Amino acid sequence: MIDPFYPAVLVLVILICLCFIRLILGPTPGDRVVAVDTVNTLTVASLVILGLIYREVIFIDVAIVYALLSFVSTLYIAKYLGGEL
Amino acid sequence: MIAELLIIICLAIGIIFNSLGVIGLLRFPDLYTRMHATTKATTFGSVFTTLAVIVYSISLYLSTIDSQFIVLGVHAFIAAFALAFTNAIGSHAIARAAHRSGIMPSPAVVDRLKEAGR
Repeated sequence: MIDPFYPAVLVLVILICLCFIRLILGPTPGDRVVAVDTVNTLTVASLVILGLIYREVIFIDVAIVYALLSFVSTLYIAKYLGGEL
Repeated sequence: MIAELLIIICLAIGIIFNSLGVIGLLRFPDLYTRMHATTKATTFGSVFTTLAVIVYSISLYLSTIDSQFIVLGVHAFIAAFALAFTNAIGSHAIARAAHRSGIMPSPAVVDRLKEAGR
C-alpha cells in the first residue's frame, strides 16, 4: 500500500527541475533567491516522503536540519541583497 | 479503508498546490507576484504531503504495534512545523530586501513605502 508515495516523489523531483529554469534565467537576483527558496521547500517535502518509503527516521531528521539551515541562509542572502551586511 | 482514502486525498492536494506554485514561479511577471505564488502555495502543499506521511505512520502504528512508526510521525510533524514558520519569515525578509535594493513591481508608478521614509 506504499504505492501512491512513489509517484508523489517523482512529481516533486520534476517540479524541482522546473524551478531550475527560473533559477537560470531569472532577471534579478531576487528572482533567483525565490527560486532557491522554493527548491528548499520541495526538497524538505520529498525528503519526508522518502523517509517514510525507506522506513528511515534519519531522513526526516535531515529534513528538519535542512529546513532550519536553509532558513538561516535565506536570511543572510536577504541581508546581503538589502545592503545591510 | 479510510486511511488509504485520506492519504490519497492529502497527497493529491499537496501535489496540486506544489504544481500551482511552481507554475506561478515560471509564469508571473515580476518578483513580488512570483513570491506570492511560491510562498503560500508551496508551504500549503508541503504541509499536506507531510500530513499524508503522518496519517500513514499512524495507521501503520495501529496495525503493527511498533514504536518506530510513532517516532516517524512525530518527527514528520516537527518538520512540517519548522517548514511553515521558516518559510513565512524567510519570504518576508526577501521581500523587504528586494524593496530596499530598488526592485519595483512591473506596472508600478508611485512608491508610498519609500515616501513614508522607511
